[in-house]
Amino acid sequence: MKQILKNRLLIFIGLFAIYGIIQILLSTNILNDYYEINIVLMGINIILAVSLNLINGFTGQFSLGHAGFMSIGAYTSAIITYKLGLSFPLALLVGGISAGIAGILIGIPSLRLKGDYLAITTLGFGEIIRVIFLNTEYVGGASGLSGIPKYTNWTWVFWMAVITVVLIRNFINSSYGRCCVAIREDETAAESMGINTTFYKTLAFTIGAFFAGIGGALYAHNFYIIQPETFNFMKSFDILTMVVLGGLGSITGSILSAIFLTFVYAVLQDYAALRMVIYSLLLIIVMLFRPEGLMGTREFSLKKLFKKGDESSEFTVN
Amino acid sequence: MKTFIEQLINGLSLGSIYALIALGYTMVYGIMKLINFAHGDIYMVGAFTGFFASTYLHLGFVPSLLLAMLVSLILGVTIERVAYRPLRDKSKISILITAIGVSLLLENGGIILLSPQVRTYPQIFKQHMYSFFNGIITISNQQIVIFVVSIIMMVGLQLIIYKTKIGKAMRAVSTDPDAAKLMGVNVDRTVSFTFAIGSALAAVAGVLVGIYYNSIDPLMGIMPGLKAFIAAVLGGIGIIPGAMVGGLLMGVIEALVSGYGSSLYRDGVSFAILIIILLIKPTGLFGKNVREKV
Amino acid sequence: MSLLSIKDVSIDFGGIKALIDVNIELEKGSLTGLIGPNGAGKSTVFNIITGIYKPTSGKVIFDGKNVSTKPYNNTKLGIARTFQNIRLFKNLTVLDNVKIAEHIHVQYGLLSSFIQHKKYLDGEKSQNIEAMNLLKIFNLDKHALNLAKNLPYGEQRRLEIARALATKPKLLLLDEPAAGMNPQETKELTDTIRFIRDKFDITILLIEHDMSLVMDLCEDIYVMNYGKIIAHGTPDEIKRNPEVIAAYLGEESPDESEILSIEGGA
Repeated sequence: MKQILKNRLLIFIGLFAIYGIIQILLSTNILNDYYEINIVLMGINIILAVSLNLINGFTGQFSLGHAGFMSIGAYTSAIITYKLGLSFPLALLVGGISAGIAGILIGIPSLRLKGDYLAITTLGFGEIIRVIFLNTEYVGGASGLSGIPKYTNWTWVFWMAVITVVLIRNFINSSYGRCCVAIREDETAAESMGINTTFYKTLAFTIGAFFAGIGGALYAHNFYIIQPETFNFMKSFDILTMVVLGGLGSITGSILSAIFLTFVYAVLQDYAALRMVIYSLLLIIVMLFRPEGLMGTREFSLKKLFKKGDESSEFTVN
Repeated sequence: MKTFIEQLINGLSLGSIYALIALGYTMVYGIMKLINFAHGDIYMVGAFTGFFASTYLHLGFVPSLLLAMLVSLILGVTIERVAYRPLRDKSKISILITAIGVSLLLENGGIILLSPQVRTYPQIFKQHMYSFFNGIITISNQQIVIFVVSIIMMVGLQLIIYKTKIGKAMRAVSTDPDAAKLMGVNVDRTVSFTFAIGSALAAVAGVLVGIYYNSIDPLMGIMPGLKAFIAAVLGGIGIIPGAMVGGLLMGVIEALVSGYGSSLYRDGVSFAILIIILLIKPTGLFGKNVREKV
Repeated sequence: MSLLSIKDVSIDFGGIKALIDVNIELEKGSLTGLIGPNGAGKSTVFNIITGIYKPTSGKVIFDGKNVSTKPYNNTKLGIARTFQNIRLFKNLTVLDNVKIAEHIHVQYGLLSSFIQHKKYLDGEKSQNIEAMNLLKIFNLDKHALNLAKNLPYGEQRRLEIARALATKPKLLLLDEPAAGMNPQETKELTDTIRFIRDKFDITILLIEHDMSLVMDLCEDIYVMNYGKIIAHGTPDEIKRNPEVIAAYLGEESPDESEILSIEGGA
């Protein structure tokens, strides 16, 4: 117990140090606006990739609709701040919750399907969400909403990303999360172990959608404008690339590849097609030569790196 | 009534094109249980080959069409060989991800090589309208070309599948690849052949679309590709007549939605059809239910 | 008192009758065998009991209640099973395989999982202890942190039984537990099955092709052929039953010594 508290404290100090250093670099303008935008984008992409990994990597339910949930978070949060003039934290929460509700509504019917059928159905739902926004005058139709206040900054993004990663990691390490992983491994066996597979698939889908909504809300309040076109299925493919590259089933893998691919994105900002060619080649090459991604289902840990951590501490019994 | 018939004819023209693309999806799915995401982009390559053949090489309709079929066929077979075959015994999801990768590669590679601009297709057939029954039915010569070519292709496909040895091999592999292998069917060759035929049909659809709508661009394959896939699911994936009927139905529904409702809803309606079918009868209109063995 | 009763159950798969008027009664604490040639419908009986298939007609009553058509509900009622073709969570550790099965008795909520509240920590600790104790019984504790797929075949079979027991069942269904095992392993398995019946105080129904194991272990045997129960009785009665001998050997060789020599089925 003491060991656990000590570890938690160390992790928190480490995180605070990362936060502080970058905050100082940003406020002293050593890192200028260009860097800030991309650092913020890295944080948002981490949230999106880790939350999609919960669905695709850990629960094994292949979704291609993440951009749809992201757009729900983006639009509802923008309505809260821009249209109704309410506070940003509330907008984040409402953005996440509405995306989560959409996750339940879409998850219940579609999660009965498997594999590529599920993939194409979630892609379809994502596109339907886009078409609905496209035809809703209240949110600006095809031209979208512009003039959304800029509330997203390093502080918000960093701590939201930390919260997302910690909560999803904790979920996966719990009995509930293990049920999700069991479903990925063998659905029939999981059901025979007393796991209500529909419930747990929907649960993972909903949690994933919730954080995608948060990611969308942060996105909307960073870029001044949102349009339905921003959230088409190409965006879902972007997020998928991060998850696949990092490893389906590795949180740290998703974090690393989200950072790396955002970097690629920043460097090739003016060459969108070239960037997509690189993404597509990454997808193909990873699948052909290292289908488990960079990290597989393993996690990167400092403990293992320094080999001083007591591996078995969590498992000591009797 | 007049608008209805007009939309119906438009829908059937568009539907024939969807049907030609859907055949490729359905054949590949039947034989490999793979949604070949890149199929819509092979159709795009076909359209561009036809465009270059008629604009720069000044070839006529039939030679342009044959050249487009040949190029797409080679492309389709190469993709299968390089990207899908090594993964055939891996999880379905890894082939699906690879297929998404190939699709993105063709689209964005297309943008880099061909520039993102929209090209105007040469007028191979000067538009001419024919009118029947006091103008209740009007049909353009381009639409007639689409119908005639589609029918020839579909009849040809049926002949290949039911009257040739390779067609028999295709049917065998799609029923049970392992058993087919034991019976001496060369599975690799059969899969290649399936990709070849599917890709050639997609090229035909590409050239016809160029003639019909006059414009093509490197991203033109995305939406028709998805819709043709929906058509294949609607008819019952893996079932060839299903793809034809599904394609025609999709075309008609879409034309009616555009004609009577808003064209902005068109894409939404297609996906709604997909979702309804998958939720109510995932095996499609012509499919049978199969039970998973525990 | 009977724990499970299958009453006049029939099932029809698109015109093919897989089970016809099957009746089976299991007494509490009994160890019963279900035998028959391949394709006789034995696994279908398991799938009916666990709710994977729904009978076309007839009833399955477990512990006074109708079984559900949702397998996970039946696990909660107290029915656990293993599979003919081992279905472990291959890429997870041996320990996690057992802990997943403990989930229906989980002692902490979703919210304490998210924040790793003390309830979560305590709950995980007791799950670990229980799982390790169970693994020790099956002599698998030294492999606790190995991936299930890396275990040798016989140990995978044992892990599957341990995992089923982790749900704390009243009825354990074993689908060909000795398949693929050598005589030595089969012998050990026989002892293990007897041991768990006594230690955990549960009822066991097992499908097996290995006649010597069934005759040695079971007090009560049901024999199936072509979707029907063709005989029911003690091992001695079954050995002498002419219908059983006919089903296994064909009509012309009703020799009881031969039935004992059948191993592994067709």
